[in-house]
Amino acid sequence: MARQIRIALRNCGVIDPERIEDYIAREGYLALGKVLTELSPDATIDIIKKSGLRGRGGGGFSTGLKWEITRKVKADQKYVVCNADEGDPGAFMDRSVLEGDPHSVLEAMAINGYCTGSNKGLVYIRAEYPLAIERLKIAMMQAREFGFLGENILGTGFNFDVEIRYGAGAFVCGEETALIHSMEGLRGEPTVKPPFPSEEGYLKKPTNVNNVETYANIPVILNKGWEWFSNIGTEKSKGTKVFALAGKINNVGLIEVPMGTTLREVIYEIGGGIQNGKEFKAAQTGGPSGGCLTVKHLDTPIDYDNLIAAGSMMGSGGLIVMDEDDCMVAIAKFYLEFTVEESCGKCSPCRIGNKRLFEILDKIIQGNGNMEDLDKLRNLSTVIKDTSLCGLGQSSPNPVLSTIDNFYDEYFEHVSLKKCRAGVCKSLMQYLIIPDKCIGCTLCARNCPVNAISGERKQAHLIDQEKCIKCGACMEKCKFGAIYIK
Amino acid sequence: MTKIRSIEELKKLRNELKSKTEALSQKDNPESIIQVKVTMATCGIASGSRPVFEYLTEELAKRNIPAKVTQSGCMGFCYAEPTIEVTIPGKTPVMFGFVNNKKADEIIERFIRKGELIEGIISQNYETVEFN
Repeated sequence: MARQIRIALRNCGVIDPERIEDYIAREGYLALGKVLTELSPDATIDIIKKSGLRGRGGGGFSTGLKWEITRKVKADQKYVVCNADEGDPGAFMDRSVLEGDPHSVLEAMAINGYCTGSNKGLVYIRAEYPLAIERLKIAMMQAREFGFLGENILGTGFNFDVEIRYGAGAFVCGEETALIHSMEGLRGEPTVKPPFPSEEGYLKKPTNVNNVETYANIPVILNKGWEWFSNIGTEKSKGTKVFALAGKINNVGLIEVPMGTTLREVIYEIGGGIQNGKEFKAAQTGGPSGGCLTVKHLDTPIDYDNLIAAGSMMGSGGLIVMDEDDCMVAIAKFYLEFTVEESCGKCSPCRIGNKRLFEILDKIIQGNGNMEDLDKLRNLSTVIKDTSLCGLGQSSPNPVLSTIDNFYDEYFEHVSLKKCRAGVCKSLMQYLIIPDKCIGCTLCARNCPVNAISGERKQAHLIDQEKCIKCGACMEKCKFGAIYIK
Repeated sequence: MTKIRSIEELKKLRNELKSKTEALSQKDNPESIIQVKVTMATCGIASGSRPVFEYLTEELAKRNIPAKVTQSGCMGFCYAEPTIEVTIPGKTPVMFGFVNNKKADEIIERFIRKGELIEGIISQNYETVEFN
């Protein structure tokens, strides 16, 4: 049985993304036509609300409700924004949708325009996605030619057009208020909500911001009905979710599974298991804002609420699988490094707090940590979460908290035993020679790049730990198994 | 292309295009033809699907095999890029992974010409929403 159901990816890999005819043959723009001719904006919003669709960009806010709020605000101009600023390391869902099926996003944006009372759409996309941009541009041109964008769409008197805005790749610009400021030509910095963009967004006008994958679901819901859609998934998370499977997994790829699928099904049935038959250790979801799921979560149904209960989050859909060779302290440091780099610097908890978190993690990895540092990590994380201005800071300590909670043993070993069980943290490792096994062939000494090995020919050698850079060349060269790692 | 002015026109066009697409895969339809889809999203192109696309287009023409080679978005099998999907009229589409020019040659000669099953087939593990 197929475990995957492709809704958002329904046309990816099926149609030629540069031919609008292919899209039309697969019910393209029919949902738009139906909405414009048969349904009122309120009735359309009602369908989206009943479908139970929640934002696929990470937050999981009800899409229908967002549309309704934007609709209710009175203004002379409103905007429809597509958030295609995909920034999580290892995530490529939005790119794939835009490269494989750009029209589905345009169609949904037009539908949103009709519902909220807007005639202008903006796609905020990162300039690092040249192919997605090119295909989107082709799609926009074709849609105008066929009359799905522009004036008097399908003879109904509805006008709507879309423009592209480029992002320069700052992670924080995926946050909707920062995204809007970036589009306005200002610094990509977030502002306090409320006011929410639905009330006061782009150029101070009501703005509906949805993610690429959220939009890609809309035409299907309208074509097949909310009942059909809400039958897929779990009680509070309806439909499917696209995940970018990456890391130590055999079948790296793009998958779309019903909400409620377990991690075990994703990793072992769809993903083909862990590479080289190693043991599964953790799966990171939600990118730098998320956390780790562990062996005990393998049978937890994946949905918005369960992931939060497990100390992680849905995020945009990156799913990075880790095995026994990954050190969880080093993973936490990796994400913190990313956050420190991407923090916009506007508020101090995020700007300074994350830097300190990073420094403590680095200290532990260098072998200089103590038990007090573990408490500091926890306390500081809580403060950063509680006091940061935007979603970036409020979620950035999650990788730290989640790894401490789930892998306390590993943190403990790092600080008290100065040991890294995965063999990742080099400062905690020592290459040693077993004198009884060493015959003094000098091979290791000749191959050591930093001349850290000394000893007379035919006599046991010694590695100078001060000089050793832990490259492992000696162990690789030794023919007598006389070198080991402690 | 003239603009589509009403929902009726859109439905008419959809029906035309749909039956045209379906005809391509129907066994006894005079319009039917062998279809080859090459994954050309960023991931596919980075793994070398563009030369494979060109090779398939040129070689099928050179070897007098009427076929339609098109590009498509991501099929989801990033680990096996470049991937291609071959549809022989009247048969289920078959997907191949790790396709380079040599593999493409084998696919043309053995799978398309002789109908032999060869190595490198990826079993499709998903359902796609269909509309009726």
